[in-house]
Amino acid sequence: MREALLRLQQSAERRLPALTRYRRPEPLPIALHRRRIYIVPTGFGLGFGGLLLVMMTGALNYSNNAALLLTCLLAAAAAASMLAAFRALDGLRLQAVRAGHAVAGEPLALTLEFVSVRPRSALRVDLGDSMQAFALDSGHAAIALPLATEHRGWQALPRLRVWSSWPLGMFRAWSWLHPQQQVLVWPRAEASGPPPRQPADESSRVQLRHGDELAALRDYRRGDAMRRIAWKSSARHHGLLVKEFEQPEPRPAWHLDWRAVRGLDDESRIARLARWLGEAQQQGRPYSLWLPGEEIGLGSGAAHYAHCMDALAKLP
Amino acid sequence: MIRRRRTPPGPPTAAHTLDLLSLAVALVLAVHASHLPVWLTPPLGLLLGLRWWQRRRRPGGAPLWLKLLLTAGLLAAVIAGYGNLFGREPGSALAVGLLVLKLLECETSRDVRVGVGFACFTLMAALLFDQGMVATFVVALGLLPALAALRSLEPAQAPAKLPRELLQALKLLAASLPLALVAFLLVPRLSSPLWGTPNPGAARTGLSDSMEPGSFTELLTDDRPAFRVSFDGPPPPPAQRYFRAYVMWHYDGRRWNHVDLRRPPVPIDVDRSIGYQVSLEPGGAGVLPALDVPLDTPAQARGRMGEDRELLRNRPVEDLLVYTVHSALSYRLQPDLPAPARQRDLALPPGFNPRARALAAQWRQRYGQDDAAVARAALALFHDGGFSYTLAPAPLGRDAVDDFLFGTREGFCEHYASAFTVLMRAAGIPARVVTGYQGGYWNGMSNYLLVRQSDAHAWSEIWLSGRGWVRMDPTAAVRPERVNLGANAAAGAQAGWAHAGWLEELRNRWDVVNRWWNQGVIGFDVLRQRGLLTPFGISRVEPSTLVALLGVGMVLSALAGLAWALRRHEARDPALAALRKLERRLARRGLARRPGEGPQHFLSRAARALPAQRKELESLMSCYLELRYAHDEPPTELLRVFHRAVRDFRPRGVVK
Repeated sequence: MREALLRLQQSAERRLPALTRYRRPEPLPIALHRRRIYIVPTGFGLGFGGLLLVMMTGALNYSNNAALLLTCLLAAAAAASMLAAFRALDGLRLQAVRAGHAVAGEPLALTLEFVSVRPRSALRVDLGDSMQAFALDSGHAAIALPLATEHRGWQALPRLRVWSSWPLGMFRAWSWLHPQQQVLVWPRAEASGPPPRQPADESSRVQLRHGDELAALRDYRRGDAMRRIAWKSSARHHGLLVKEFEQPEPRPAWHLDWRAVRGLDDESRIARLARWLGEAQQQGRPYSLWLPGEEIGLGSGAAHYAHCMDALAKLP
Repeated sequence: MIRRRRTPPGPPTAAHTLDLLSLAVALVLAVHASHLPVWLTPPLGLLLGLRWWQRRRRPGGAPLWLKLLLTAGLLAAVIAGYGNLFGREPGSALAVGLLVLKLLECETSRDVRVGVGFACFTLMAALLFDQGMVATFVVALGLLPALAALRSLEPAQAPAKLPRELLQALKLLAASLPLALVAFLLVPRLSSPLWGTPNPGAARTGLSDSMEPGSFTELLTDDRPAFRVSFDGPPPPPAQRYFRAYVMWHYDGRRWNHVDLRRPPVPIDVDRSIGYQVSLEPGGAGVLPALDVPLDTPAQARGRMGEDRELLRNRPVEDLLVYTVHSALSYRLQPDLPAPARQRDLALPPGFNPRARALAAQWRQRYGQDDAAVARAALALFHDGGFSYTLAPAPLGRDAVDDFLFGTREGFCEHYASAFTVLMRAAGIPARVVTGYQGGYWNGMSNYLLVRQSDAHAWSEIWLSGRGWVRMDPTAAVRPERVNLGANAAAGAQAGWAHAGWLEELRNRWDVVNRWWNQGVIGFDVLRQRGLLTPFGISRVEPSTLVALLGVGMVLSALAGLAWALRRHEARDPALAALRKLERRLARRGLARRPGEGPQHFLSRAARALPAQRKELESLMSCYLELRYAHDEPPTELLRVFHRAVRDFRPRGVVK
């Protein structure tokens, strides 16, 4: 049943270019107007129409003019609600779409910015299987929607549907939006793997150095300076204790290189680099990235991470 | 296009949606309360209140077993109370009950929508019982919370208080009123019903076809309008406003009966007649009151003329009935009385009222063959014999007329009419009792006569040779105000506070609105609809024309609605508007502003492309930038300069 409906819908879209004309991607901002807003009665609207017919037939049969008058009033109100549904959408503009960051397979946070001259309520926007209701009070609204992602790289925005059944739920007005915009999906990092190969002296550099911060106490070794002996603590101990100070030593930088990852296909290489980038970012060490066609110098911080991930995502 | 998604039935209903629906159901209960049995309304009201209270405290519907139990209980109660499930009264009782029960399970949007639809239907059903103006208005009020409940189901709205939500629904109804009126006027009415009209209600008020002492008491204190009359020409004087309903010649010693022999109407010689239109309120029995002696039978009322020229109807009056009649004001009714009829109109049951018979015989001896003199003697007896008019007379025994004439000597119209007729028959004069209405309130604002049930009256007719049947009103001999001023004036102090003069006057004046409603809305039937276009020279509108007109009206309304819907409220920014104009002019020359291009950038690009007008464009740009950014509020002088410059600017040769 559902499949049949879908097939029918697809054939209708092929046959009726008017319905699909606006489905081609178009640049932002997109303003809704009468040529792209469609209205059909909802199931409740059809049922209510049937009820009105029954009431009207009854009123006519019993020549009950008061009931006929009120039935006409209800029917006219239902018809007016169709116009109100249209007006709920007419003039609405999708001003901008902002995309957050997400790795492939995880939902990406989209923010749709709608503007309108007059306040509106009870609007809804559908994206895939997620739906969000919103109202525009001050003429501006930002709606967050999750966008499902599958692969890394550029992903075109799907069609969005803005719809409303305001005010009585008897008619549903809708319009398709297909913003000409792409969002970048970051590659998914591999689950586990070896750390990046670094120069040999890497491990020896991990040692404590003199600094300002008290790190630990250790047994006296010959050659330790007198002023570094912790006299008070040594008094409670059988031997002399020496204060050890530490200066936070920045972790050594990682120079991540596409060429250094060998023996893997491209996507696995990208996944490994993505994991290293994530680890480096997490450990707070500076890192650089060499990719075919792009070289990013040493740096750290969220912006640098995003830059590197973007570069990875954009790899062919 | 439309993609149905298998969603759960929706989020649970918000509390204020249920408030609105409860309000709608309470109004439904209120408009139906007048005809629901007393054992049903309070339990339903209690159930409604409990449910509302429970839902306010915590969400959740009633358990299934409770709903089943209550539904079964309702069915059983309706069957026990009415003996039936179908028909107008049991059907509406069942519908109201089910509606209240539906409220028990309104937990999703779907349920609320079904409940609202059902509430609208039940509201309309209330109009089957009373389609008066007030009832219709109350029903229309009931639509407000119903529509507001639908509105509150929509997501993402600013929170609103109850009055505001109702106001929004009222706005919607008010905006749709013009279309509703067009549809109301033009929807073709059925000339005959598609299926049987509802069965008559059991209790009927109004005149009945028999009269015995006390049968008028209830009627004379009933203030509801019986009918309204508008005359072609000046109305007859108050003393001639006798509306005949039933003629009763059969008397069994206590009760006068109307006997319908289904014979053709008796002949009448007419001297002077008058035409008028009666709009009869529903609720009466099968008789159409007509002024004095009607001459024709109103076809539109499905009436027929009885033998004694009363207008009878086989079916009770269910809805407002409008009919046009001509009546004789000066006439000789049945100038020749055939022998069987004479015998019939002289018959008295033997063994009743010996003293009245003796009195009549005594008059007959004194006045010889002069029947009129005997009648005058009887009237003089009522006038001078110490009789009084009261709505609460002492009860009468077996010889009712004797007890009345020689004992209690108090009573109202039916006592006098009965006693007078018995006296006349005893004296050998053919006589009969006539019931109907007398008097009424002449409403000068709208020129019609309002006759209430309390104007019901009974009088006599006696047959005099050469004059036919002559009306005799013995009540007038006792209390002339009864005839000249109306029933309430005659009742005097007995009537109570409701008949305080000013209040009575106010109510009578207010009746204009009821009449307008009756004529304009309730009485708008097939005939009136066909005459709708008479002012435009079309005397008879066919249903096909009506449908075409309805289509035109709907298209016009749709256009008006579309004009409203398509109206845009664009922010008016004069500087921006002028800039747009400039952009359009440049765009025609192939210099379109790119998306994301600022005005400064765009105009410098234009200046490069139009070297001949570089100076103009640069001054335009600086002017715009000053307007936009240099001031909080753009100075009007500069704005005017900018406007003029844009207006005068004509792009010439473009260098690509």
